[in-house]
Amino acid sequence: MASASIPEDSRFGLRRQVRLTGPLRLDSGATLTPVDIAYETYGAMNEDKSNVILICHALTGDQYVASDHPITGKPGWWWRMVGEGKPIDPARHFIVCANVIGSCMGSSGPASVDPVSNAPYAMRFPVLTIADMVRAQALLLDHLSVGRLSAVIGGSMGGMQALSWPTIFPDRVESCIVIASTARHSAQNIAFHEVGRQAIMADPNWRGGDYYADGQVPSAGLAVARMAAHITYLSEAGLTEKFGRRLQGRDAKTFGFDADFQVESYLRHQGLSFVERFDANSYLYITRAMDYYDIAEDHGGSLATAFAPSKARFCLVSFDTDWLYPTAESRSIVHALNASGAQASFVELSSPFGHDAFLLECPELNRVVDGFLKGGRA
Amino acid sequence: MSEEGLRPDLALIARTVTPQARVLDVGCGDGALMAALRDAKQVDARGLEIDPSNVAAAVGRGLSVVQGDADTDLAYYPDASFDYAILSQTLQTTRRPDLVVEELLRIGRQAFVSFPNFAHWRGRLSLMWGGRMPVTRLLPDTWYDTLNIHHVTVDDFRALVKDRGWKIDGQWFLKGDKETTHANANLFAEHAVFLLRRG
Repeated sequence: MASASIPEDSRFGLRRQVRLTGPLRLDSGATLTPVDIAYETYGAMNEDKSNVILICHALTGDQYVASDHPITGKPGWWWRMVGEGKPIDPARHFIVCANVIGSCMGSSGPASVDPVSNAPYAMRFPVLTIADMVRAQALLLDHLSVGRLSAVIGGSMGGMQALSWPTIFPDRVESCIVIASTARHSAQNIAFHEVGRQAIMADPNWRGGDYYADGQVPSAGLAVARMAAHITYLSEAGLTEKFGRRLQGRDAKTFGFDADFQVESYLRHQGLSFVERFDANSYLYITRAMDYYDIAEDHGGSLATAFAPSKARFCLVSFDTDWLYPTAESRSIVHALNASGAQASFVELSSPFGHDAFLLECPELNRVVDGFLKGGRA
Repeated sequence: MSEEGLRPDLALIARTVTPQARVLDVGCGDGALMAALRDAKQVDARGLEIDPSNVAAAVGRGLSVVQGDADTDLAYYPDASFDYAILSQTLQTTRRPDLVVEELLRIGRQAFVSFPNFAHWRGRLSLMWGGRMPVTRLLPDTWYDTLNIHHVTVDDFRALVKDRGWKIDGQWFLKGDKETTHANANLFAEHAVFLLRRG
């Protein structure tokens, strides 16, 4: 409605893709060109461009934050947070969500065609960092004529990007919301990712990453990687409540290795449905980027130093049953923000759902995000 | 929101804080004082609060509040980073009230400390004649479920101030929502508010 007088601008809307020449200088020293970015925008930019919110997605997420997924047909992954009458509302905000580079939903990644060889990059795609993903998002915002972000928000790996934003572009971020996330990947986080990567690379179909030509993809390895990771997204109490030791469609144990237990059946389903929509090499590249992530390391070992140049307001939220990025991680970020004098809010919310809580029903989370975004303004 | 509707000790603090000051409210609850200071005096207010639903409520009204514990989390605030550090009705719930006040005076140039006076005559009567720990309007909880683990009197607090060499810049005593006389405050005040600075 607000943009009625502006002629249709093909940069804005659902299911957009842009090829930017870059070149994008990466932390590894390599450069990426061209840089393809698939993204969606919702709502309209206001006159003074002061209503822009960038949403960053998690490891296996995508740009379909509030519109139906083209492969699965499911509603957008954060429909509980984004939409009419929600804390992030297209009626009030201009919302941007882009597929991270390295992924496989239309942004440049290992499945993209390398312009030099005219074949898929596969493992010849450069290794990325979270900061590289953020710099690619900044390129997209330049393309969209967005200077400053009213807010950048994300959960999990999206929170890593959101938290990195004010450290890389201190003048472009007014507020930053980091949910169920961390300032660095711990040894345990890296360890779980390594299990997933080894599962993929042990699949005979992986073939050093060159599996695109014949379509024989390493789906068994990728499914195992997803199954292992999925456990880390849930809580023990949540699993017990949902499945307990209940058997799957049978009255007695079979004394075999079929999926006797409901939890086995559930995990197998999670693994199988994941391979339908995700590229195994992308899984390798994105988990690597997360493992390399350590904001303090990039700033002389001091988190407070990283945030010092920023004037942004920060809001951190953790969940009490999240053992992937536990509350202590958020708390250490808050301590650094306090030390740097930043305006910071932090709350640990209670949820039975573990790490995945940020994607699920949580009225308190919506209330906190809504209040923080409004920032005391009516 | 104005001072009206604030708890009496908070209203008193709100009146005394200078405009545009930087304030850390330790044990800020749902942020009522912070919101009043922000709206009426353009104060840059930050809060620390232990209860998550209170934090959610405060953040929901646009305030910068961190969930944390006064006993452990004050250490992360830099020296002299606030004009005032405020501890209202929280002193008696901390594990080490003396160390918490030390931290307040390190972080703030001045510190407000308010607490219920345990030596108020009603409490004394209850203990003396009833032989039971007092349950009064200001101290409504029983001994086993109260959050108040360090009961303190006006005279106890004055003794602590003297012992640590802190300076008293102001002191106020409340009976209900009215200010009351300094004379015999230890007997007649339900509530005390001190404004301190380092010696």
